[in-house]
Amino acid sequence: MPRSTRKGPYVEESLLEKVQKAKRGDLGEIKTWSRSSMVTPEMVGLTIKVHNGKLHLPVSIVENMVGHKLGEFAPTRTFRSHGGMKKKKAPGLT
Amino acid sequence: MARIAGVNLPSNKRIEIALTYIYGIGRPRSVEIIEKAGISPDVRVKDLTENEVASLRREVEQYVVEGDLRRRVYASIQRLKDINSYRGIRHKKRLPVRGQRTRANARTWKGPRPAKAGKKR
Repeated sequence: MPRSTRKGPYVEESLLEKVQKAKRGDLGEIKTWSRSSMVTPEMVGLTIKVHNGKLHLPVSIVENMVGHKLGEFAPTRTFRSHGGMKKKKAPGLT
Repeated sequence: MARIAGVNLPSNKRIEIALTYIYGIGRPRSVEIIEKAGISPDVRVKDLTENEVASLRREVEQYVVEGDLRRRVYASIQRLKDINSYRGIRHKKRLPVRGQRTRANARTWKGPRPAKAGKKR
């Protein structure tokens, strides 16, 4: 179920501050652990490093991402192909 | 035979059913449309008058349907892929998008089971 519109989008306070700073040029890169924060229009054009549980993955925000959450762009799992003995071909990706 | 929303020519079924042959119209919408057009849901398509067909056509036009709808669905999936969101990645890999398990099942997306490893000896 989506979040009630009455509350508005969730963005971590500290992240908002960092975004403001970066816009003014006071902050080189934004690192955040707040994967559940929503991408707001102010973030477009910035590169935010989002924690995936291990390290911060750079995500460059484009307009289409507004409304999604930061965590959606920093995958938490690495898939290291199946098939041990008999080298199989990688599953057909499109 | 009536032609509504492009290529769709339903048959000698009741209109209530026939309308659902249009992509983007299911039973609820079909019923709604028929109500608005003021036609009995039990009429067969072949028994519709020109006027009735026209008013149905007008009502169907209120909805995004057929090609336009398909295009819209495709576009929103494409958007997810372009921004590299988790859902987009799942689409690219042709795996279930909504968090279903993939250890078992998920056959619709993954296709027929591959031959069991180690069976051939």
